[in-house]
Amino acid sequence: MAVVQDAIIGWKTITHGCHVLEAGSTRHFRTGDWRSIRPVTDNEKCIKCGMCYIFCPEMCYEQDDDGYFVANLDYCKGCGICANECPKNAITMVPEEED
Amino acid sequence: MAKRVGVEVSIAIAEAVKLAQAEIIAAYPITPQTHIVEHLSEIVADGELDAEFIPVESEHAALSTCCGSVAAGARTYTATSSQGLMLMSEVLYVASGMRLPIVMTVANRALSAPISIWNDHQDIMSQRDCGWIQTFAENGQEAVDLTIHAFKVAEDKKVSLPMIVNIDGFTLSHVIEPIELPDQEDVDRYLPPFRPKYRLDPKRPISMGPVGIPEVYTESRMAHDQAIKNAKRWIIKAWDEFEEIFGRRYNPIEQYMAEDAEILLVTMGSISETAMTAVDKMRDDGKKVGLLRIRLWRPFPSIEFRKAAKGAKALAVVDRTLPPGAASGPVASELRNVFYKVPGAPKTFGFIAGLGGRDVTVERFEEIVDKAEFYSKKRPKELYEVIGVREK
Ligand code: SF4
Ligand code: SF4
Repeated sequence: MAVVQDAIIGWKTITHGCHVLEAGSTRHFRTGDWRSIRPVTDNEKCIKCGMCYIFCPEMCYEQDDDGYFVANLDYCKGCGICANECPKNAITMVPEEED
Repeated sequence: MAKRVGVEVSIAIAEAVKLAQAEIIAAYPITPQTHIVEHLSEIVADGELDAEFIPVESEHAALSTCCGSVAAGARTYTATSSQGLMLMSEVLYVASGMRLPIVMTVANRALSAPISIWNDHQDIMSQRDCGWIQTFAENGQEAVDLTIHAFKVAEDKKVSLPMIVNIDGFTLSHVIEPIELPDQEDVDRYLPPFRPKYRLDPKRPISMGPVGIPEVYTESRMAHDQAIKNAKRWIIKAWDEFEEIFGRRYNPIEQYMAEDAEILLVTMGSISETAMTAVDKMRDDGKKVGLLRIRLWRPFPSIEFRKAAKGAKALAVVDRTLPPGAASGPVASELRNVFYKVPGAPKTFGFIAGLGGRDVTVERFEEIVDKAEFYSKKRPKELYEVIGVREK
């Protein structure tokens, strides 16, 4: 969370009107850090239909070189929607503490 | 030469906005402010002002539209009153927190319930802490001058805060007064084009109004507070320049017969004119009475007030709102703070008068002064008193 730490500035140095002057800066905020369960895809079952990609409210699925969909865990909040929507039940939600 | 004309104050304010060359006007009609934006919509429709008049569905939308337009870099104006200001409330804080220099006229009016369209200061006092710079006009000329001044101050890069010019509903908005409308070239000389510090531009994207996490929220509020306090300098400087170009002088606190006064009335807005007449009468009767009129309400001119009230025994403060359950009216509270533990400070007595359109007459001011005189010898039981209320 280095960038958030950098953002901790004083009242004299805070930006005018608290504006964010850098475009696309929300990328720095890893919003997935409070997730308690995460999606794990079984590529054996996956048919690469992309439903997980379409339904993920965080838009955190990306396609890898082989065409499989991979969740970016920096932003995945563990809501389980992808697992629920997957027509092949290829996605399992796994508790975070059981690595 | 600017000509003096007999004109309704609302129309004159609209003309002032035209002279200021506002580019976006987004407004919703509400009594007693309607004539201002009605006239502006005519001016725009007639092609006299190259602006976009946006008729919106509510005051909430009006001020939200203004936020967007000023953020995009357009000179922006709106006006409202009473319940309309209540509906804007949420966006008032958004505009000031985002440092968006919108100029707004508030035609002060009472709040429901019971329904009242008449004048007092309950609407604006409920938004006292909205973070906008706030001035009060006493007459039509001041309403015009303070409107032009507001654009200059609000849009100044060193200030960059929204600004409200308060005018008393009906008492000012609906009366015809002799008003000198400034010449366009003088206004152009006074008011430079709007060049905001930051604006929304697809070529250089920035975000306005982000989340302020607990780690930065306090700092952002402190920065806002300091910005409005620092603005006082530029508010006064803009009045200095106003005097140079237009010949009329304005100050944060206006004094009338105050130098040797023992009792000072403190007023805000149009009742100040009646108060001056009352002071004249009491002076004729040999009473050492003076008047301080608050022109700049936010930021509050504390230092100027201490100076202006020096030597007085008592302050008779007239509040035009009755905040239920409060220790006293907002103006009296403010002044008690300003004078707290100041050596030789005058005693502050709070009076509440002129609610919901009830006139505050010369006789009422005499009554207030008599009471303040009495209370300076014998401490009153209450921190404020409602003047002219029927006790039955
Ligand atoms: S669990 Fe929710 S946030 Fe995470 S990848 Fe699935 S749909 Fe997206
Ligand atoms: S929804 Fe299921 S099957 Fe479809 S791409 Fe995602 S993981 Fe594969």
